[in-house]
Amino acid sequence: MANLTIKNLKKSFGETEILKGINLEIKDNEFVVFVGPSGCGKSTLLRSIAGLEEVTGGHILLDTKEITDLAPAKRDLAMVFQSYALYPHMSVRKNMSFALELAKEKKEVIHNKVAEAARILELDPLLERKPKELSGGQRQRVAIGRAIVRQPKVFLFDEPLSNLDAALRVQMRLELARLHHDLNATMIYVTHDQVEAMTLADKVVVLNQGRIEQVGTPLDLYRNPANRFVAGFLGMPKMSFLPGKVTALDASSVTVELTSGTTVTLPAASEHLSQGSAVTVGVRPENIDVVEPSESSLTGHMDIAESLGSDTYCYVKTDGQETLTVRMPGNFACNYGDRIGLRLHVDECHLFDEQGNAVQKPSRLAA
Amino acid sequence: MKTTALNAGPASSAAEPKQDSRQGSIRKTSRINRFMVSPSVLVLALWMVIPLSMTIYFSVIRYNLLYPGDNEFVGLENFQFFVTDFGFMAGMSNTLLLVGSVLLITVVLGVLISLLVNQAFWGRGIVRILLISPFFIMPTVNALIWKNLLLHPVSGVFAAIWKFFGATPIDWFSEFPLFSIIMIVSWQWLPFAILLLMTALQSLDQEQQEAARLDGAGPWALFFHLTLPHLARPIAVVVMIETIFLLSIFAEIFTTTGGGPGYETTNLAYLIYSQALLQFDVGLASAGGLIAVVLANIAAFFLVRLIGKSLTEKQ
Amino acid sequence: MLSLKQRRSLNTLLMGVLAWGVALAIFFPIFWMLLTSFKTEIDAFATPPQLFFSPTLENYTLVNERSDYLHFAWNSVVVSFGSTIIGMMLAVPAAYSMAFFETKRTKGTLLWMLSTKMLPPVGVLVPIYLIFKDTGLLDTKTGLVIIYTLINLPIMIWMAYTYFKEIPKEVLEAARMDGSTLFQEIWRVLLPMSKGGLAATVLLSLILSWNEAFWSLNLTASEAAPLTALIASYSSPEGLFWAKLSAVSTLACAPILIFGWISQKQLVRGLSFGAVK
Repeated sequence: MANLTIKNLKKSFGETEILKGINLEIKDNEFVVFVGPSGCGKSTLLRSIAGLEEVTGGHILLDTKEITDLAPAKRDLAMVFQSYALYPHMSVRKNMSFALELAKEKKEVIHNKVAEAARILELDPLLERKPKELSGGQRQRVAIGRAIVRQPKVFLFDEPLSNLDAALRVQMRLELARLHHDLNATMIYVTHDQVEAMTLADKVVVLNQGRIEQVGTPLDLYRNPANRFVAGFLGMPKMSFLPGKVTALDASSVTVELTSGTTVTLPAASEHLSQGSAVTVGVRPENIDVVEPSESSLTGHMDIAESLGSDTYCYVKTDGQETLTVRMPGNFACNYGDRIGLRLHVDECHLFDEQGNAVQKPSRLAA
Repeated sequence: MKTTALNAGPASSAAEPKQDSRQGSIRKTSRINRFMVSPSVLVLALWMVIPLSMTIYFSVIRYNLLYPGDNEFVGLENFQFFVTDFGFMAGMSNTLLLVGSVLLITVVLGVLISLLVNQAFWGRGIVRILLISPFFIMPTVNALIWKNLLLHPVSGVFAAIWKFFGATPIDWFSEFPLFSIIMIVSWQWLPFAILLLMTALQSLDQEQQEAARLDGAGPWALFFHLTLPHLARPIAVVVMIETIFLLSIFAEIFTTTGGGPGYETTNLAYLIYSQALLQFDVGLASAGGLIAVVLANIAAFFLVRLIGKSLTEKQ
Repeated sequence: MLSLKQRRSLNTLLMGVLAWGVALAIFFPIFWMLLTSFKTEIDAFATPPQLFFSPTLENYTLVNERSDYLHFAWNSVVVSFGSTIIGMMLAVPAAYSMAFFETKRTKGTLLWMLSTKMLPPVGVLVPIYLIFKDTGLLDTKTGLVIIYTLINLPIMIWMAYTYFKEIPKEVLEAARMDGSTLFQEIWRVLLPMSKGGLAATVLLSLILSWNEAFWSLNLTASEAAPLTALIASYSSPEGLFWAKLSAVSTLACAPILIFGWISQKQLVRGLSFGAVK
């Protein structure tokens, strides 16, 4: 069993507070991804869990055992570093067996564990080589192998894919997902890449400036972001934001007047809003359509269109000087400067109040 | 519905957090890490403070090993004696002459030779080895080899060369004692300058040189406008470091001339040595020692600033 | 007229010849010393100096009998290696702490340490001499070892520091995660990774101690005198002795010369306090 509990964790470097009170529960066998922009504290959080940084306050518990001040070696955790951090003077085999040797395991046991890890990661032909003779992807697998061999309670990954080229990154992502299923282990993974977060995670933790913004499954966070930050962070291309004012509200819907004057009515729980409140409407590219200018009250002109073959992403400037991104099918063609109309799928839109928090949708409350 | 972190987990109040405090706490290791410097700092601090403070003390009392017990406070009397002793002027001027000449010779020749060796030619590795060798010779060996095998007026190599050209050989240590010392010391330190400058030249920007050549710069222009400025800093380093060490030249004088004839080859270091260990006047020698320390510190001040800069601009 | 390429090759050739000339001229005294060590005393003192002669090994065999060479050599060895070992034991932890756990005071401490090297030995000759006299350390190998450790420590710390700085912190953290204690982290990961640099540091310390010619001349008499003192004693002429002097000198200088040749590149770093890489 490997349940990790983090209570009110704080970490400061001198005067600067990096982690401002983190509370988190991680269950056995979960693949948890810490994601966020540079400087949000995700690596610091991971390193504090690992024991490589001394915390300033709070507690970390692993299966009810307090590990907050324990040395890394005593925590039963293994870490895969961004730069792999292999021992350059040891062979692949020695790299993987080092920890077991330090723990004074029997030679046979070591040999078997290393062989097993090498098998899983397809490292058998490389066992006697030194790190400098390996490619980036191979080194990374050795780094993972070094962790596997220890059979730790939790695996920690610090941006392991960022040093790989694009194609290799995709491949390794799949291998990591497979690894998670094969080993059935708890994994904590740090990345700034939201694609990795969406694809690998059972649970995503979005961090911003030392605080947790939201925790949930990837699709949960995608469909129901708790605030503007999370909404804008997940999803590629980013959600478009349209500022506006509340003009009318009733029990289950809110009418918003956008800067251009157009009004949209969204299903939303209106308890905390009042007439005239400043709000922001958030809409994802796949929830807008380009239509004839005559068919919609929201109009604008086409800026740049990027055609990827499978989709075309149109960057649009509305008459109210707002920018929107629209996803259209791959065969959609339009010219720079064309006048167009836009139709929003109001059921899928999001509403954010003045503080940036999401306004709840009544239709989801039941679910 | 916001999914947030659970606040009340099963582990919060019920179970006592078990702490493995016996071994491996991070706080303990980080304290150890920070204190690993302490022994060295302590030892060096003692090394600096104790002898130096003793020197300061001795310099203001009367202390002669031949008359123990006669130690009264005499203020700056020792300094006065030291400075007015006619050995002092000679000592100071010899020190400055020695340091200045060696610096000049080693830097100028160092630049020229390192430029010479900078390009690839057959056997360059061996040439390098030959050039840096004198630096590793013991100073006492150095002195005696030069005094006897090379500069000896009868059987020395220089004498043979002089005779070959029909001139009368020079008795170097009698006629040019200080210059002889300068020759010996320069020979020993030239490799140092060559080594540092050679290394610095290797980091010369090739592209810059090529661009300049395309622009029509000839070898002289290249040297003055590109190479020399690039070498400015290593030359400064060479000068500073050599100065520190040259101020205390001792062994060569000790082994060859013993400071003489008269005071002609006595530098400050040798003067103090002779006061202390030959005339047993500790008070006087300490005063002199302090003066030497002050001189060295002035040079050191600039060196530390230079190093400090290069230490802080990493890479 | 020569083509550009021909002119360049001629240029290179001329420079090469000139370089060789200069190098041979500079190396000449050492070469002559070596040569003289194989001459008989009569040949050595001959006028004009002989380039060709019948070589003999008699100087080398006599060296030990006349001047108890081995005793002095042993002193040099003990003092050099002793001070180097103790120095490394102090320097490695200090450099480790400063390289991987840098604080605001680290740079200041390093500079201060280097500045202790700028104290001219004459400045403290008297107190040290008196302290040694009173504590019975005069003319002992122990006394020299202490002094040498102190004067070489700053450079050793400094060199180890720069080499340690080049080692990525993460590899050491990986070792920590793998379960190593502090000692194991240093012994099994850090030291093997910085072997080259530490070897250079050791060599530099050996060279500086072996050739040290101030304290070794003033603080020793007969018991603990190293080779520097032995050679210095030849300065009072006792008859024809050039060949023997050369032999002794060659023996005394050879090891250091070889050490120096091996570690030239790293020495530049150490000797210039890093300002020249």
